[in-house]
Amino acid sequence: MLRLLSALAAGGLFGAGLVVSGMVDTTKVQGWLDVFGDWDPTLAFVLGGAILPMAIAWRVAERRKVAVLGGPLPLAPAGDGRPGRNLIIGSTVFGAGWALAGLCPGPALASLTFGGTGGIVFVVAMAAGMLAAPPIRARLDRMQPA
Amino acid sequence: MIEQDWIWGLVGGLMIGSAAALYLLVNGRIMGASGIIGGLVDRSGWESGAERAAFIAGLILVPMLVVPLYDTVDTHITSNLAVVIVAGLLVGVGTRLANGCTSGHGVCGISRLSLRGIVATVFYLLGGGLVMALARHVLGVI
Repeated sequence: MLRLLSALAAGGLFGAGLVVSGMVDTTKVQGWLDVFGDWDPTLAFVLGGAILPMAIAWRVAERRKVAVLGGPLPLAPAGDGRPGRNLIIGSTVFGAGWALAGLCPGPALASLTFGGTGGIVFVVAMAAGMLAAPPIRARLDRMQPA
Repeated sequence: MIEQDWIWGLVGGLMIGSAAALYLLVNGRIMGASGIIGGLVDRSGWESGAERAAFIAGLILVPMLVVPLYDTVDTHITSNLAVVIVAGLLVGVGTRLANGCTSGHGVCGISRLSLRGIVATVFYLLGGGLVMALARHVLGVI
């Protein structure tokens, strides 16, 4: 129960932060990516502000090793820790979609109740894309193992 | 307005980072939005499904409560649904292929100087900047 309450609080604080920072405004996100247009630097402050508490949290995590509600802290990097082909292709594809609509997964859900039809359509398409990812990954791996 | 925007960006960013710190230290989980959502969508994370659902409930409901305090919050998403659908598909496929998005690789990865997080962030910024330049300044679709 405590675990669920804590997850609810973390999700809520994340969502509130996305609204306060302007990450749910697609024009701000697109303005940040529009280097050749009217560039908007706000997102650099958002990312910088977000990294600060997390950098401290990782320091604490390294010392604690165990989460407050039990279980090991995820200290080992994913996979072998090295950036592979799927990471590079996937990130580039994600960036392309991020630029086209100005939404990434967190803000897409945070704005679900006030983003109108477009916001709902985006989330449905994103879920469909997530379901399509495993077969695409398998096909990439058949062409050349990562 | 721009002078205030960076302050709100910083304040909101600190809230996002604190949320990630809470989820890491208390729940022992990495706060990556695409991973939390994706694990529910493709059922790969159903053993921690309740925890994921609680996180997503907070992520959807708290903005719903906060937004009425503003009179100008609007996503300004394009009304071109074809662009929205293509964008959603690309974000869904890309984040799952890369195992992370702006929150997982960007916030949680860079803050521990993870090479994967840094490389992912470089490539989604490159991909995003390139597509923005093409779509807005060459093709004029957004």
